Amino acid sequence: MMNLSRSVALISLFLLPLLSFSFSVDNPTDRRVLVLLDDLSLKSSHSIFFNNLKSRGFDLDFKLADDSKLALQRYGQYLFDGLIIFAPSTERLGGSLDSKSIADFVDSGRDLILSADTSASDLIRGIATECGVDFDEDSSAMVIDHTSFSVSDVDGDHTLIAADDLVKSDVILGKAKIEAPVLFRGVAHSLNPTNNLVFKVLSASPSAYSANPSSKLSSPPQLTGSAISLVSVMQARNNARVVISGSLQLFSDRLIRSGVQKAGSQNQYEKSGNEQFVTELSKWVFHERGHLKAGSLVHHRVGETDEPAIYRIKDDLEFSVEIYEWSGKSWEPYVANDVQVQFYMMSPYVLKTLSADKKGLFHTSFKVPDVYGVFQFKVEYEKLGYTTLSLSKQIPVRPYRHNEYERFIPTAYPYYGACFTTMAGFFVFSFVYLYHK
Amino acid sequence: MAALESPQPAATATAMRHAFGNVLSVLILVLIGVLAFSIRLFSVIKYESVIHEFDPYFNYRVTQFLSKNGIYEFWNWFDDRTWYPLGRVIGGTVYPGLTLTAGTIWWFLNSLNIPLSVETVCVFTAPVFSAFASWATYLLTQEVKGSGAGLAAAVLLAMVPSYISRSVAGSYDNEAVAIFALIFTFYLYIKTLNTGSLFYATLNALAYFYMVCSWGGYTFIINLIPMHVLLCIVTGRYSPRLYIAYAPLVVLGTLLAALVPVVGFNAVLTSEHFASFLVFIIIHVVALVYYIKGILTPKMFKVAVTLVVSIGMVVCFIVVAILVALVASSPTGGWSGRSLSLLDPTYASKYIPIIASVSEHQPPTWPSYFMDINVLAFLVPAGIIACFSPLSDSSSFVVLYIVMSVYFSGVMVRLMLVLAPAACIMSGIALSQAFDVFTGSIKYQLGRSSNSTDDAEDTNNAPKDDASAGKTDKGEEIVKERSSKKGKKKEREPADKPSVKSKAKKKALVLPLETSIVALLLLIMLGAFYVIHCVWAAAEAYSAPSIVLTSQSRDGLHVFDDFRESYAWLSHNTDVDDKVASWWDYGYQTTAMANRTVIVDNNTWNNTHIATVGTAMSSPEKAAWEIFNSLDVKYVLVVFGGLIGYPSDDINKFLWMVRIGGGVFPHIKEADYLRDGQYRINSEATPTMLNCLMYKLSYYRFVETDGKGYDRVRRTEIGKKHFKLTHFEEVFTSHHWMVRIYKLKPARNRIRGRAKKLKSKTTSAGWSSKSEKKNPWV
Repeated sequence: MMNLSRSVALISLFLLPLLSFSFSVDNPTDRRVLVLLDDLSLKSSHSIFFNNLKSRGFDLDFKLADDSKLALQRYGQYLFDGLIIFAPSTERLGGSLDSKSIADFVDSGRDLILSADTSASDLIRGIATECGVDFDEDSSAMVIDHTSFSVSDVDGDHTLIAADDLVKSDVILGKAKIEAPVLFRGVAHSLNPTNNLVFKVLSASPSAYSANPSSKLSSPPQLTGSAISLVSVMQARNNARVVISGSLQLFSDRLIRSGVQKAGSQNQYEKSGNEQFVTELSKWVFHERGHLKAGSLVHHRVGETDEPAIYRIKDDLEFSVEIYEWSGKSWEPYVANDVQVQFYMMSPYVLKTLSADKKGLFHTSFKVPDVYGVFQFKVEYEKLGYTTLSLSKQIPVRPYRHNEYERFIPTAYPYYGACFTTMAGFFVFSFVYLYHK
Repeated sequence: MAALESPQPAATATAMRHAFGNVLSVLILVLIGVLAFSIRLFSVIKYESVIHEFDPYFNYRVTQFLSKNGIYEFWNWFDDRTWYPLGRVIGGTVYPGLTLTAGTIWWFLNSLNIPLSVETVCVFTAPVFSAFASWATYLLTQEVKGSGAGLAAAVLLAMVPSYISRSVAGSYDNEAVAIFALIFTFYLYIKTLNTGSLFYATLNALAYFYMVCSWGGYTFIINLIPMHVLLCIVTGRYSPRLYIAYAPLVVLGTLLAALVPVVGFNAVLTSEHFASFLVFIIIHVVALVYYIKGILTPKMFKVAVTLVVSIGMVVCFIVVAILVALVASSPTGGWSGRSLSLLDPTYASKYIPIIASVSEHQPPTWPSYFMDINVLAFLVPAGIIACFSPLSDSSSFVVLYIVMSVYFSGVMVRLMLVLAPAACIMSGIALSQAFDVFTGSIKYQLGRSSNSTDDAEDTNNAPKDDASAGKTDKGEEIVKERSSKKGKKKEREPADKPSVKSKAKKKALVLPLETSIVALLLLIMLGAFYVIHCVWAAAEAYSAPSIVLTSQSRDGLHVFDDFRESYAWLSHNTDVDDKVASWWDYGYQTTAMANRTVIVDNNTWNNTHIATVGTAMSSPEKAAWEIFNSLDVKYVLVVFGGLIGYPSDDINKFLWMVRIGGGVFPHIKEADYLRDGQYRINSEATPTMLNCLMYKLSYYRFVETDGKGYDRVRRTEIGKKHFKLTHFEEVFTSHHWMVRIYKLKPARNRIRGRAKKLKSKTTSAGWSSKSEKKNPWV
């Protein structure tokens, strides 16, 4: 026994580096990140962002986007957990990379930060389209806003936007409120409203529009107002996360350091909200936050502990599920009052909100409906910013057995009486008829 | 046929002759049993010992469950593997007679340490019970017209093709035992009618109970017997024997029938049973009238009649009013769809496509009568006439039986099975009477020529069976007349009839020697034709198990075992809880052979559910994917015969899916799938047809087989040859492409933007992984 446990410990010690560096269910935070740049000078011009990532323990691997040795996989294994593409003008990626391999990378559950900029290449637009984000088709267009530009905008064409229309989600942008506006200079994109996987994190103000600042407007701009998204995120169905920004400068040291004053506003800020914004966003996209995991669904009859193979109609049952949230370092109990369970057969017959004890256990109890069939316990938890929980467990519900009905029904006693008196009467009648002379 | 001539007098002593005749009869009956059993073994010999077709697989599965879990578990069985997610309460919705019978046989054999598998017992249940059915036919016909007719009828029934089609080894369906139960119930009814014994009346109720357990066709009994009782009353044949034959059957039979879970309160609530209760009241009134008539003087009786009639009118009126109100309060008038389509043959095709879609619910064609009962069709009229001379209670019953069953068989081809025993009984009577006359004449003539003093004895011998001399003679004459009319139709026996008629002696009805011999030979020839036809039908037409197909061609025998191949694939390659969607025909087989959950199956109890599957099959790919996904379906199975020319595939059934689907979901319109009223899959097909799921799943990659996409069933090139599937992927195609299984792709991980596809040629290809499957035909 001792030997065994020792060897297990030895093996786990041996595997530890491997475990800690691989993307896994138990440790969802990314570790190895590939950064693709179209110019190595970006490494220094965006050093605050990159250093921030490094200080949080990420292992960044900088490569030129057209490096011919680029590869995401080796021997069928992904070499990276995350990908940052800061190469808006690259027309072709080097090595074996193309937009399909990046789409596959996302489909394998890994994360992506993609930043376009004015005159973004077709490749970058193609990747964004794969993720459900449509950049303005006019490649020279930029976001222009004549009311909420930053006063520090020296060019005077109102393309440096001071945006403060942030998504209201503590999970994505952290608990601390971002006070200062976020500085943005870049290209606009739009989202399909029916696509429920993407949503705007940073939207333009209603007065913004997308056009070429250096030429006169000949026709009304196609993208206007709050339909314009500046920074969007996508959470795929397999919980891979993607950030798509229309501005590479958003991440740059220059905009992070610069002070900001929104046009028409008295509030002047020493420092723009960019650093906080990109830091919190990168925490979310690399699964340091908002990642839930659920244990298996547990159910049993009231007063029992074992899970039955089948329920009977009108049984009382207890249901519970454990949900934990990843804090970046460890799994903490998840606390919420909006987790619901469905007892589902083509439509939910029972819909109950689970009550949480603060230890991550969500439970409830209910009566099986008076309908038999093959039911499912379903927990479908989709909350903005959190990973989607979709759990289900099949359980059949049977009708009463033949001997589970009431033996005697009180209202039927007249009938029982009639039955027995008839029998008795027939007996007496036969007796009299046969023997009475 | 030799059997019929066998009870010839072997000794002069009558007792001795009877004893010998009895022994011979028993021997012949045993041989008939062996014949009935062995003629049904062609399927085992030509193919293998395997369960056939669709419904038998369900019965087999239920029997397995019964033998494993016992009767109480069976009674309460809630099956969660069919009709997902509704499930089915098997114990309460199945006729348990067949299952319990086979289960009991299996249990009995096992307790005798004969370790047969459940499957073996199931395969051989039907042949065993067809032997029983032959014996029951003997008993019934013997009660009607004596044992000669009984033996003839039994041997006819043992090999009548109509019955063989439902009872070959492996055809483990309700009808296998129900026909025996039907005939045996009729026998006991006639027996009670002839004897007036309460003992037989009780047995009759029990036999009726067994019939109710076995088959929904029991309603035929519970309507036919009251009709006969009514007939007897109307024709003034009321007797206490009739009362004893009928009243206990209704009371005990209804009580017992209500014990069967699937019938339950239907035994007193549905219109199918009303006739029996109505006649039950009438027979009591009649009995009372006869009783009162017996104890009153004629004058008093007249007064009583006026009194009773006036009160009776009022009571009748009230009862009728109540009945009408009850019936009118239910939407279909209290009749189930299947029964309604019996009364009004056009009902089903008008209102219930799901009933009309089953081929065995269609009206039969004329050739199918000749195929299924062969020469019996020509002997039946002779038998009917024989029954009228003289008309007894029992012979009027078989006449009524044949008349009703001829009507019903004309409505539904499946009910040909009910006609077959009646036809056998009638033909047996006809044959037996004819043989009586001919052999009697021959003996008389031979006796007269050899020994003229023995006239008296020969006339005694002529009516050697139970029937009295006068009756038989008269009957025979009519038989002759009738046959001579038929002689025009049938070329086999034209020569003898006119001479028979002219030379027949009225008194003893003795025919000339030569005529008799020729007629006998012709009759034997007729029988021989029947035997040849029956053996051919048993060996070739009805022995195919339909899950294994064969075809004979120049280069030898081809065996198509695609069904079992694909069910085995399912059971080995899919998760045990995966749901498989297919058209309902394949539901029973999928649950029994692949042990996977199905959405709909051959127990078509929920029209909406079937319509949902039909709608999915008729919808474009995306809509179909959504429907299937909402039902948790993982795999879709389609049967496709275009490559090898297997005609009963899903494309040929497809219009029914459209109709049934459209009946519930009106956005599916049959007209969208037809070009000028024609069902087409070639280039003239409508876009709706070419884009529906069924077309796509059937013809996906079909063009790769021969380069043209030539469909051998529809004999045309398909309309749309090259297309891709976006929401389904092919996971299995059987060797001859008869069964194709597709898997639902999971929902897309991402949703693409709507921007123009930039460089998208490379990206979109990533979604359809092309699996290279070797085409066996190249």
